[in-house]
Amino acid sequence: MLWVDKYRPKTLDQITVHEDVAQNLKKLVTEQDCPHLLFYGPPGAGKKTLIMALLRQMFGNSAEKVKVENRTWKVDAGSRSIDIELTTLASANHIEMSPSDAGFQDRYVVQEIIKEMAKNRPIDTKGKKGFKVLLLNEVDKLSREAQHSLRRTMEKYSAYCRLILCCNSSSRVIEAIRSRCLNVRINAPNEEQIVRALDFISKKEDLQLPSGFAARIAEKSNRNLRRAILSLETCRVQQYPFSSKQTIPPMDWEEYISEIASDIMKEQSPKRLFQVRGKLYELLINCIPPEIILKRLLYELLKKLDAELKLEVCHWAAYYEHRMRLGQKAIFHLEAFVAKFMSVYKAFLIATFG
Amino acid sequence: MAPIVQSSQPWVEKYRPKQVKDVAHQDEVVRVLTNTLETGSCPHMLFYGPPGTGKTTTALAIAHQLFGPELYKSRVLELNASDDRGINVVRTKIKDFAAVAVSTNQRKSGYPCPPYKIIVLDEADSMTEDAQNALRRTMETHSKVTRFFFICNYISRIIEPLASRCAKFRFKPLSEEIMSSRILYICREEGLNLDSEALSTLSSISQGDLRRAITYLQSAARLFGSSISSKDLISVSGVIPTEVVQAFLATCKSGNFDSANKEVNDFIAEGYPVSQFLTQLFEAIVEADDISDEQKARISKKLGEADKCLVDGADEYLQLLDVASNTIRACCNMPEGFSFDG
Repeated sequence: MLWVDKYRPKTLDQITVHEDVAQNLKKLVTEQDCPHLLFYGPPGAGKKTLIMALLRQMFGNSAEKVKVENRTWKVDAGSRSIDIELTTLASANHIEMSPSDAGFQDRYVVQEIIKEMAKNRPIDTKGKKGFKVLLLNEVDKLSREAQHSLRRTMEKYSAYCRLILCCNSSSRVIEAIRSRCLNVRINAPNEEQIVRALDFISKKEDLQLPSGFAARIAEKSNRNLRRAILSLETCRVQQYPFSSKQTIPPMDWEEYISEIASDIMKEQSPKRLFQVRGKLYELLINCIPPEIILKRLLYELLKKLDAELKLEVCHWAAYYEHRMRLGQKAIFHLEAFVAKFMSVYKAFLIATFG
Repeated sequence: MAPIVQSSQPWVEKYRPKQVKDVAHQDEVVRVLTNTLETGSCPHMLFYGPPGTGKTTTALAIAHQLFGPELYKSRVLELNASDDRGINVVRTKIKDFAAVAVSTNQRKSGYPCPPYKIIVLDEADSMTEDAQNALRRTMETHSKVTRFFFICNYISRIIEPLASRCAKFRFKPLSEEIMSSRILYICREEGLNLDSEALSTLSSISQGDLRRAITYLQSAARLFGSSISSKDLISVSGVIPTEVVQAFLATCKSGNFDSANKEVNDFIAEGYPVSQFLTQLFEAIVEADDISDEQKARISKKLGEADKCLVDGADEYLQLLDVASNTIRACCNMPEGFSFDG
């Protein structure tokens, strides 16, 4: 079992990083008055951990007995009926799913599953009618239509089921939904908190953690706790006992992108552009999301540039990332960014050195 | 439907005015509608205005007051954006409902019960143009037995032929006093303790939207118990603390890209919503004294572009960085065009 899962806090009381949020959530649950919730925050901040702990607080151990199900919905959409397949994770009291996987048909999935849940309500021990929890991941990737159809559904069925929504950026969730939920912002843990978490794990695992080593991992992790724990485990596999000068292995795709960056800096020509294209394809084939590639590439390039150019380059990065969202093929826009950068950089070199 | 536990009912619903005369701050509408209640005559209506000003409340209240609970179901059809409202629905459901005649003398239990039905189309600006066009003739042919109430935020999205068939009413954003008095009333009913600082924070963060103010109040009450401070309200509302905005602006003014980049990184890691930040940054920039008008214009232009990109789903980090770099360029009076853009 990975340490990330092994040391994931199980209950709201065990949570250390967002203790105040956890205590507030606990209060909500004990008062039996749980509104719809919307969790938002950067990846690796602990949204999912909090949600799972919250479910456990609500339903006890039964929340952990989950089964994975691959379900097909038959949806009647006007003249024809469509089949939608989606994987769900369900226990007796909650269902978890990422409706955005259904693409543009996500609207039907959301409506159907909520109606279905409303039909068979669970009955709790005191014979009262309880409610189910529907946990939706990545609501920010949900289409506009799906979000709009969610707003009325949320009100109509609020007696039967509670929604817990989870997303990275709440900008992309429409106002109408945000205003119907209790918004919980989960910020990324700071480096100090990450160091403490790493210390805690190494104590449990009986490891000697040299001082400064944890701090270096925390710094590298970019305030992402999950990543910090994963790299600690990688280091453990690589070399133990730790030495304080041990290198922390970067992700291989990051190394690859930094290679691309130095390629671009060395030569600006159509031939080099062609080579870079091959490398970009390689990254895309390995399922690195294009916006992550672009962001990392920008990060690498910014390290090597003059201040004047930085302002210009980050504008173009934003410009091409936006185009990438609107367009269909990511590779065009990644390549366009590289070509733009080459032209800007070349002009800069000529202006400076003649 | 099973009875909802009292506590789980949103306060927005609980404290929704039940009668037209209780609707706050919208005198014109209230005057016209009280007249309607007396005489029973009523034109087609179009309510428009920003969210949370009482449009839906007014429409539902007049419908209830005209028909009473018994007849309400058979006389009023309520459709909003979550119902399917394509052209098919207009052609079948709305038309069928509009065409049914109603008996004239059903004066029961003290309600006026005028001889027509009401169709309430909530969020009408999200209807397609085709669907709106299909309504035109329906409105006229069945005007004897049916009245339409359109409710929308943006009147410009209602096609002209529909708008010209209706009596238009603009709903004004609520003034601070009216909002405070309503909030204080709710606080008294719910036994909450709200100091005057928290009250003014609440009215400023909700910007004239009473529904939002009440939702914030309820969320804060659920999380923090019966005494609420202004800090609690800010934390539930998702508004970004002013210090953060000012720090960002100060860094941009200093003209150092690397520290601005770090600021942006921290901002994203804190998980604040960027769209909200852009709104607040805009306010801060408009109010700032040490930025010239031209610089303000340049920054605002960029803010608009970035906001559009965010709506399109662009990456928050990159857009914010772009805004930061543009603000730096504007503050340091660098030329607007790029110098190396070959």
